[in-house]
Amino acid sequence: MSSENGKLLPETDAGGLNFEATELTLGLPGESRVTSDGVAKLGSKRGFSETVDLSLGDNKNTNKFGQSQIDVPEAAKSPVSKAQVVGWPPVRGYAKRRTKSCKYVKVAVDGAPYLRKVDLEMYNTYQQLLTSLEDMFSCFTIRNYLSDKKLDQVNGIEYVPTYEDKDGDWMLVGDVPWQMFVESCKRLRLMKSSEAVGLAAPRTPPKCSSAS
Amino acid sequence: MNYFPDEVLEHVFDFITSHKDRNSVSLVCKSWYKIEKYSRQRVFIGNCYSISPERLIARFPGLKSLTLKGKPHFADFNLVPDDWGGFLYPWIKAMARSRIGLEELRLKRMVVSDESLELLSKSFPNFKSLVLVSCEGFTTDGLAAVAANCRLLRELDLQENEVEDHRGHWLSCFPENCTSLVLLNFACLKGEINLASLERLVARSPNLKSLRLNRAVPFDTLQRLLMRAPQLVDLGTGSYVHDPYSEAYNKLKAAIQSCNSIRSLSGFLEVAPRCMSAVYPVCENLTFLNLSYAAGLQSIELTKLIQYCRKLQRLWILDCIGDKGLGVVASTCKELQELRVFPSDPFDAGNAAVTEEGLVLVSAGCPKLNSLLYFCQQMTNAALITVAKNCTNFIRFRLCILDPIKPDPVTNQPLDEGFGAIVRSCKGLKRLSLSGLLTDQVFYYIGMHAKQLEMLSIAFAGDSDKGMLYVLNGCKKLRKLEIRDCPFGDAALLEDMGKYETMRSLWMSSCEVTLGACKTLAKKMPSLNVEIINESEQTEFNLEDRQKVDKMYLYRTVVGHRKDAPEFVWLL
Repeated sequence: MSSENGKLLPETDAGGLNFEATELTLGLPGESRVTSDGVAKLGSKRGFSETVDLSLGDNKNTNKFGQSQIDVPEAAKSPVSKAQVVGWPPVRGYAKRRTKSCKYVKVAVDGAPYLRKVDLEMYNTYQQLLTSLEDMFSCFTIRNYLSDKKLDQVNGIEYVPTYEDKDGDWMLVGDVPWQMFVESCKRLRLMKSSEAVGLAAPRTPPKCSSAS
Repeated sequence: MNYFPDEVLEHVFDFITSHKDRNSVSLVCKSWYKIEKYSRQRVFIGNCYSISPERLIARFPGLKSLTLKGKPHFADFNLVPDDWGGFLYPWIKAMARSRIGLEELRLKRMVVSDESLELLSKSFPNFKSLVLVSCEGFTTDGLAAVAANCRLLRELDLQENEVEDHRGHWLSCFPENCTSLVLLNFACLKGEINLASLERLVARSPNLKSLRLNRAVPFDTLQRLLMRAPQLVDLGTGSYVHDPYSEAYNKLKAAIQSCNSIRSLSGFLEVAPRCMSAVYPVCENLTFLNLSYAAGLQSIELTKLIQYCRKLQRLWILDCIGDKGLGVVASTCKELQELRVFPSDPFDAGNAAVTEEGLVLVSAGCPKLNSLLYFCQQMTNAALITVAKNCTNFIRFRLCILDPIKPDPVTNQPLDEGFGAIVRSCKGLKRLSLSGLLTDQVFYYIGMHAKQLEMLSIAFAGDSDKGMLYVLNGCKKLRKLEIRDCPFGDAALLEDMGKYETMRSLWMSSCEVTLGACKTLAKKMPSLNVEIINESEQTEFNLEDRQKVDKMYLYRTVVGHRKDAPEFVWLL
């Protein structure tokens, strides 16, 4: 979905480590951090205005491409990524046609006073899940901040998405194919990256596409 | 003809059933108008805002069967905000007050409140048939009222509605002496059902021909229901999951075998693939098979099933059947008229489920094919040209390429020529939906050849106003035009304003049309309602005339502005 937008980050600066590349963000392992126009992508926190619309019902807050005030017909001409367009594909009730039951798991975020629940069956890819989590927790996360920080710049406090699998182990989200993840995930935890020191950098993405 | 008494004319008119024909009859002379008016029982209203309930009742006081459609089609795809309109209540209220002898009500994309259902159930003692398609706004309490009060109810058909489920007691509201049910479809309900009530209801309904269950009805209940209703013609299973080596499974197999009237099969909302063999016995007589909700079936199980369905006329399936699976359809289902292939994973780029190959195979194997809805990863001009050659009988051709501006992957060209071939070859084409990379040229072809076209859906297509103008000028029978994300603007909109009086409606969203042009149109054409849907903060007074509108919906009407428009809908 995002492959056409991704750009490779420069491996190193002149002689130094590229800290940006090792910065842990809310994103798929190995995924590029910037879109083609240089805007910091999904991984770093963005505001509601940049939310990708999942066409899951409410179309009140987001406009078509999840970008505010963009001139829509121009945007319509650029290569369209399926998950970003309201009302496309034009299929009614697609959510009902998808995999049978719902799979609700608890989501805990370090620092949040209460947990949430998400239905993993509502998503097809890691990207969709992470976007949705971002929506769910962006409010209070931002409130944790000093008020002069912009909504879409959440430097410093990043979260690592982890999950508890059937064996009771805490795993990094994104290593295994999506369907396998849905089956084995018991609960989710967004861990503060300061606690995640010592975790290896995200690996290369699995061979199959994000929703296998 | 002047010497015939009215009763004779009325009797003759009884044989004229099509709405169009009856409308024509009423225009012949005053006496025919009067006779037709009082004998008319069935009325179809394609846009509930084109006329008011009061005028309907005055015009056809003998009304018994009413069809009403509310929201524009694109509401199905979340392009129309909630509360836009399409409320049923005023219609029920007016008909109740005027003591209309309503017997049948068919609604599509209307907002139906529990209050309206209750009023309906209490106001029309002969009420027999309620069909709700893609409606919303009601709960199972409203259904309970219908069940309890409509003593002669024959049909309760709920298709793809959004129903708030207050749990299963509504079924128990059918009185014990209600034995008239012919059709019961509650597949779209999400909640639990009182299974014992359901079984008793089915047991006391000897005329029941069509039964479609929801997900909450388990396998063993299905078996008991089939034992009670072997006369069923149309079955929609609920949950279809069980251990295929159990006693219950064997019982179901036996029950299905005694149902030798089943011609239509759907459901499988939850499905265990290994249980499908139980339905093989009914396959050979099936004319309609809907597996579009059976996400648990893979291509191999689907094709195994379809191989038994030699008499199939309509097939609705998920794209996981694959091109090869469609090949099996092509070689087995020689009577096939309608095919719908739905996307099982609409947002996944990598899953190449069906392509142009599957469609070509079906077109080659199924010469009677006349209706298509096809969601695919890609399409080529060559394939469309072949399809056009193989099948000249298309009445409905709706193609949806999941990437809406994808060109022909082989030649990298737009799909103008492919669709051009379709409209040139299928002279009876009434409905067309386009997708893929398309220029003004495709609209030139459509305007030139699609002379019977009544409904056209366009998205992300065209280069200029010329495109839209080709269509408006060429398609003389056009009734509904819906456009999104196309570079059509004011010049196209205003070129032939009278055209819109010959159409039911026009929808344009994310195009180049400005507020000023919409205002001009509204002013010059009082017989049209021009509505702007604006979900941003701006009010009508802040937005300048030269600014583009996001969503415009216009329709012809004889009753002027509607009174129930919400704040975000501006009536120009």
